[in-house]
Amino acid sequence: MQLFPCPFCGPRDEAEFHYGGEAGNLRPDGREVPAERWADYLHMRANPKGATKEIWVHMTCGEFFALARDTVTHKVAGSVSLGEAERQP
Amino acid sequence: MTRRYSAFSLFKEGLAGQAGWEPAWRSPQPKPRYDAIVIGGGGHGLATAYYLAKNHGVTNVALLEKGWIGGGNTGRNTTVVRSNYFYPESAAIYGLAHTLYKGLSADLNYNIMLSQRGVLTLAHSETGLETAARTLNAIQVNGIDSELLSLEEVKRLVPIYNWGPDARYPVFGGTIQRSGGTARHDAVAWGYARAASRLGVDIIQNCEITDFIVEGGRCRGVVTTQGTMRAERTGMAVAGHSSVLAAKAGFRLPVNSYALQACVSEPVKPILDTVVISPDTGVYVSQSDKGEMVIGGALDRIPSYGQRGNLPVLEGVLAGMLDMFPVLGQLKLMRQWAGIVDVVPDSSPIIGETPLPGLFMNCGWGTGGFKAIPAGGTLLAHLLATGRHHDISRPFHLDRFVTGRLIDEAAGSGIAH
Repeated sequence: MQLFPCPFCGPRDEAEFHYGGEAGNLRPDGREVPAERWADYLHMRANPKGATKEIWVHMTCGEFFALARDTVTHKVAGSVSLGEAERQP
Repeated sequence: MTRRYSAFSLFKEGLAGQAGWEPAWRSPQPKPRYDAIVIGGGGHGLATAYYLAKNHGVTNVALLEKGWIGGGNTGRNTTVVRSNYFYPESAAIYGLAHTLYKGLSADLNYNIMLSQRGVLTLAHSETGLETAARTLNAIQVNGIDSELLSLEEVKRLVPIYNWGPDARYPVFGGTIQRSGGTARHDAVAWGYARAASRLGVDIIQNCEITDFIVEGGRCRGVVTTQGTMRAERTGMAVAGHSSVLAAKAGFRLPVNSYALQACVSEPVKPILDTVVISPDTGVYVSQSDKGEMVIGGALDRIPSYGQRGNLPVLEGVLAGMLDMFPVLGQLKLMRQWAGIVDVVPDSSPIIGETPLPGLFMNCGWGTGGFKAIPAGGTLLAHLLATGRHHDISRPFHLDRFVTGRLIDEAAGSGIAH
């Protein structure tokens, strides 16, 4: 069982968390968004091998946050709240 | 040298001290130029190379594998073969694979140990049975053999199921594809490799792609750890590592890589002669020819390239398995493993030319790639030889994610696959 760090609750069991998607995948704004851009936002992923930044939700407290980890070793580098992540891109 | 496998050649070699067998495939030095390059020495890549040579007469082909052939997902699956799919497009593609599997041992002169023991999907409630009947109707309309089974029929077929009154997952009936079953996974890889090599394909192992050669906006070959190889057409069939190669080629894919785990128990006497799938526990179990119980289940919950798997999902899979078959509770697990699978939003494959012209792909099979190997190979070979889609592969082009014409088997089949 791996421990994930919730920025609000501290280290908790990985089963309490749910993957929310890659960080920085922002919803396109405006009325004139071409289909390719929607497809890009909805479906296309970097899916990196190695270091990655992701959005996760801690289901027990309900908070979304940014998690930095490695997709090969599963080692967690750290986590910050989304507000914090926006301030330090 | 003895080339053809037969009872006679076995007898002959037995008298000659087994000294005359030739290696199953050649290991040549890579050449600087090929007519086509196939990246990925798993089932799909090897089948692609074989059908390029067999169906299209393209024999100046390199098959490049970064590790050893059959060492990725082809050696890490649960060997289930079936074609009972909901959408006509899926039935066509998996049906093609199933048809080719049935004749594959003879075609390759290599026993792939296809065992058509049936694939049974359980229904755990009245509504589950109604949904199963509706799905079954669609599958039958697609021309795939599949039948509804009553509770009594399921009981006769799987006497070791937990039929007690306190079963957490009681059974109300099920559906079965009797022509489905299992095949020997290593034999599929080795059989295709041997047959492709004999037709002239160069199988090059320990050869990792470091970059693509792009000239005039087209893919003209690959840079590898064993040098540069040029070809006008390159195909990739690398499953969970598709995004890694796509990044080198300069585009992204609608793929998320996850570990999919499976495990086998110690071998026991024959007690289960079909494949049993439970949609509610998400677990499926079969018994290998050696007697091991082969147990598979859901994807891991964490995107991953680590070929190990995480414990919480394994725990859930085994808990579900024990609910279904309490009789197996005393068995020891012999091995556990994970393969990195390429999960796509609609759980259907992606086949076609990539955004980089000259580079073609076959990926996105997710948790169900093994059963599709002969079709994936046939269709990618068709693309590489002709530059055009086969009718069966056209609906699976990458453009469906822009047009929105998805083939949502995750919803259609009701289980991850």
